[in-house]
Amino acid sequence: MQAAVLTALNEARRAKHRVAVVTRLSDGTSALVVEDAQTVGDLPLDTALLDAAANAIRKDKAQRVEIEGASYFINTFNPPLRMMVIGAVHIAQALAPMAKIAGFDVTLIDPRSAWATEERFPDVTLNRDWPDDALTTLALDRRSAVVALTHDPKIDEPALEIACRSEAFYIGALGSRKTHAARLDLLHNEAGLSEAETNRISGPIGLDIGAVSPAEIATSILAEVIQALRAPKDAA
Amino acid sequence: MTAENDVLDTAETWRDAGHKVALASVVSTWGSSPRPSGSQLAVNDTGAFVGSVSGGCIEGAVIAEAMDIMQGAPPKLLEFGVSNEMAWEVGLACGGSIAVFVEALND
Repeated sequence: MQAAVLTALNEARRAKHRVAVVTRLSDGTSALVVEDAQTVGDLPLDTALLDAAANAIRKDKAQRVEIEGASYFINTFNPPLRMMVIGAVHIAQALAPMAKIAGFDVTLIDPRSAWATEERFPDVTLNRDWPDDALTTLALDRRSAVVALTHDPKIDEPALEIACRSEAFYIGALGSRKTHAARLDLLHNEAGLSEAETNRISGPIGLDIGAVSPAEIATSILAEVIQALRAPKDAA
Repeated sequence: MTAENDVLDTAETWRDAGHKVALASVVSTWGSSPRPSGSQLAVNDTGAFVGSVSGGCIEGAVIAEAMDIMQGAPPKLLEFGVSNEMAWEVGLACGGSIAVFVEALND
């Protein structure tokens, strides 16, 4: 790979573009594809290769293709998965670094400035807006997970309302069965969400592994998020 | 940045610091294999490496090839699997097989 391709690839990833690198396996020549156009590289791409790259980017799946007798490898690079954590609470202090190790770009949202501090959350992106404003600005998509941890209705509920109307692949909310039932009532009666919409909320949050400590609960939450990503129940 | 992406950032940092660098990528897998297609590993001329192309079963063999390739040998497609003699040496315990493309980072 030419160093120029690597440099451009890293720049594109930092800018959160969806990109692919196409490499001809016979000689290692390669080219970077950003969205649907070739940018840099010593491998000229014809329409068939550009189409194959666009297809791989769309599927977010690295693949090997044979075109006119030549073998190519297309590696895709999508922006990282995101996790929006609502509530700068003790569980979040464990969850944020764990999720980061698992590859998530974590944003911690809490309008209470005493909670969302750099001391409590080193190396985490902090957002001190109200969650509904924050989540609207952050534009939830299919690669976003939303985890509500404050169990304060005035903070969690607006976040859950936005999340339920988004394409987020995971939505979870901390709280006992009783809290969760009360929360669903609020979301149905005041926010006007349908049952189909609120059924997407996992509550009580996390896989049932008998977690007790904040770190254990964070583990059960992260495991459930990964399950939603890799083994979604409705895809089985 | 995910752990996966750190591989490429690290490769660029090494290159900028004047190291020779090689990249290895899993380009195809059959059966059970520990790392999916697209997984990468970067190696520099001191033998330091980041990332992975398997659960640790074939990294040694891949790094050895990478050291030759960064010194000027042509890029190479390595295949590892139970039917391959190499696999008995380096051992893909999972019983799957994978192809790994190893190339130098060059001008």
